[in-house]
Amino acid sequence: MKLNFHKNHKLLFGVIFWGFVFLSLIIAVFPALWVQQENKPLPASEPMSEVERRGMKVFINEGCVYCHTQQVRPIAMDENWGRPSAPGDYARVNRPSVWRQTPAVLGSERTGPDLSNIGKRQPSAVWHYMHLYNPRSVVEESIMPSYPWLFKVAENPSKNAMVVSMPGDYGPSNGKIIATEKAKALVAYLKSLKQVSTDARPTAAQKAKADSVAAQAAKKEISGATIYADNCASCHQSDGKGVQGVFPPMVDDPVVMAKDPTKHIQVVLYGLQGKTIKGTAYQGAMQPFGKLLSDEEVAAVINHERTSWGNDAPTVTAEDVAKVRKNDELNKIQAEE
Amino acid sequence: MNKPSAVQSVERPLTVEKAKAEERIETSSKSVKLIFSFIACSAFWLVFGTLVGEYLGFKFIWPEIDTISWLSFGRLRPVHTNVVFWGFLSQAMLALALYVVPRTSQRELFSYRVGWASLWLMNLSVILGVISLMAGINNGAQEYREFIWPIFSLFAFGLILVAYNLYKTIANRNVKEIYISNWYILAACLWTIILAAIAYLPGYQQDGISQTVIQGYYMHQGVGQWFTPMVLGLTYYFLPKLLNRPIYSYSLGVLAFWTQMVFYTMIGSHHFVFSPIPWWIQTVAIVFSVGMIVPVTAGTGNFLLTMRGKWRSIARSYSLPFILVGVIFYAIVSYQGTLEAFRSLNKTWHFTNFTIAHSHMSMYGFVSFLVWGGIYGLIPRMTGYEPPQFAVGAHFWLAFIGVLVYSIPLMIGGTLQGLSWIAGDPFMESVTLMAPYWVWRAVGGTMMFMSHLIFAYNVWKMRPQSNKNVDEPSNS
Repeated sequence: MKLNFHKNHKLLFGVIFWGFVFLSLIIAVFPALWVQQENKPLPASEPMSEVERRGMKVFINEGCVYCHTQQVRPIAMDENWGRPSAPGDYARVNRPSVWRQTPAVLGSERTGPDLSNIGKRQPSAVWHYMHLYNPRSVVEESIMPSYPWLFKVAENPSKNAMVVSMPGDYGPSNGKIIATEKAKALVAYLKSLKQVSTDARPTAAQKAKADSVAAQAAKKEISGATIYADNCASCHQSDGKGVQGVFPPMVDDPVVMAKDPTKHIQVVLYGLQGKTIKGTAYQGAMQPFGKLLSDEEVAAVINHERTSWGNDAPTVTAEDVAKVRKNDELNKIQAEE
Repeated sequence: MNKPSAVQSVERPLTVEKAKAEERIETSSKSVKLIFSFIACSAFWLVFGTLVGEYLGFKFIWPEIDTISWLSFGRLRPVHTNVVFWGFLSQAMLALALYVVPRTSQRELFSYRVGWASLWLMNLSVILGVISLMAGINNGAQEYREFIWPIFSLFAFGLILVAYNLYKTIANRNVKEIYISNWYILAACLWTIILAAIAYLPGYQQDGISQTVIQGYYMHQGVGQWFTPMVLGLTYYFLPKLLNRPIYSYSLGVLAFWTQMVFYTMIGSHHFVFSPIPWWIQTVAIVFSVGMIVPVTAGTGNFLLTMRGKWRSIARSYSLPFILVGVIFYAIVSYQGTLEAFRSLNKTWHFTNFTIAHSHMSMYGFVSFLVWGGIYGLIPRMTGYEPPQFAVGAHFWLAFIGVLVYSIPLMIGGTLQGLSWIAGDPFMESVTLMAPYWVWRAVGGTMMFMSHLIFAYNVWKMRPQSNKNVDEPSNS
């Protein structure tokens, strides 16, 4: 037979088949193998626990990845989500069983927030349970589905059951909401999503990017309202009214309204838990923001809280925040001595 | 013969008379049955899959519409994508391929038994896949390969049978040359078999980023090396046939074929621009995305030049308008895809609803319209029964206006989402600003869904009937 694509079907389809196999090897199979060799978990990261692994399975089965990325790009617009993602961030995400592929946690759409750092941004398990049972109970404008099938309703929950109390109309009319093992695992997984420091030396391209990110960040205007919306509103709510019995309101709060801002600054820097305010005990845990926000940013968000929703308390400066940080460090050293 | 005027008349104040499918193709009843069965299954999956899609669109407006696990967004989304991929479009394309390949090889299909086996396997795979996805069992939520391997291997096996059947038909052809349609059609089958194998075999695709490299390769080619070459191959047959004139340039078709194979294979990773997969793979993908201008321009140019001066024939036909829309969408979405790959534009559009608009313009505006053009061009000539012209017109306009109403607002909204992120606004703003665009999407989606009900009705009207008197017109 002649070497003619138009007449020799063996030649034609042979080239089509083997040509595609060849191209696939060089663009997909070999790179995948090569990437796997370099694919070491970051030294600072810890292996996933058994329960976190089960949580990742729930995360995948419910299709959370269709709306939530876990992928911070090395560009300025992504810096709110954390540092740029590194290959090592995903090295511990592996095949759960012979039946299923390695989970696609990177995601391709960001209808909801990126979750690379959700464990740092939102460490409160109570918040996560409420949010899963009905997202609108803590984020009014959310369009995320509710996951009631991860919970049970019981009349008399046993002592060690994880009871979730929902505010107002969000709970069932009778009985109490109990988190199932699946919900507990999912929350454990979400709380485990924290970026750790990368020791790997960045490539030239990444470094150039990182520099430009830093330059952009330096130029960026600091807005207390934006910092509040991104970090505080999911618990304390955008109207500052909090969630009854779980997250205290900012409106007329004694610490927020106090003339001396020291306590207010300390709460933002170091977090708070198990506090009774104006006779109400609040279950939610607040995380420390001292390492996430600069002095200027802490001052901006505190001033936003002190001057919004009818609040009218004296404002603070970045120097005040720096002073509190410094004093507390000195006190701590003295205490240790 | 007196041709009826294509101008509006008193009896038809709103529509024009379209030409009837006058010729009747001589085909064996075996082939009619098999091909029509593929079409009927695909019509069912179209209605089912887009009903699911429609419902998903509503959930953006009413997130509390239900709280049933089997109907939740995260489980139904892959049901929608996989059903329209493997149920609707794949089976519709194969129906037409099972006609085109034997026809251009001037012989019967190699084996009807193998043909039926592939139909059963594919439908079984889609049914089991839908149930498992709704039950919350998926393949690591890897897009477009969400069916776990025991279920997808049924589909893959069906595809291997199809490829074998078509290859044997071509190998035993009664003409010397292999017509260009057969290049595209059989290549699509072979490439997709390789793709499915690479997507599911273990060993090289391991943890995290290693897996992501394969996913970038797979999710892109799952679309572009299956649906694209298939419908292009079919169009290389149906367009010249329905216009009754040869394709403008055979060599352009050959050029487009080889460039499609080489360029398209390299660009999958443009779905992961700025991700931690190796920077060079991303750059290769972007460079070849620009290269795609060659096959796309060659392909659409070839089709449009074949249509030149024949606009009246297109206006008088009820199948050719679908093909015209499909060809134009092919050009638009492909150039759009190239733009989306550039890092500067990717930054704004990636992760936003712009991507959803893009995927619907390609799978719907491009692929589905070409498939419908082929179905309306072929089936009446095979069975002798034509669908009511008004119903075909209603299908066309609802689907066409529907996809525009669907995708234009999503492109605008998606761009605004990206700009909102760049401006550093609170994240929730990018959700709340989408509200009106999601309403428009639901409106467009509803029009599209209604057109599918009409299409299913038309398929029913075109069904083969045993007591058919060939000369009797089916509608008056």
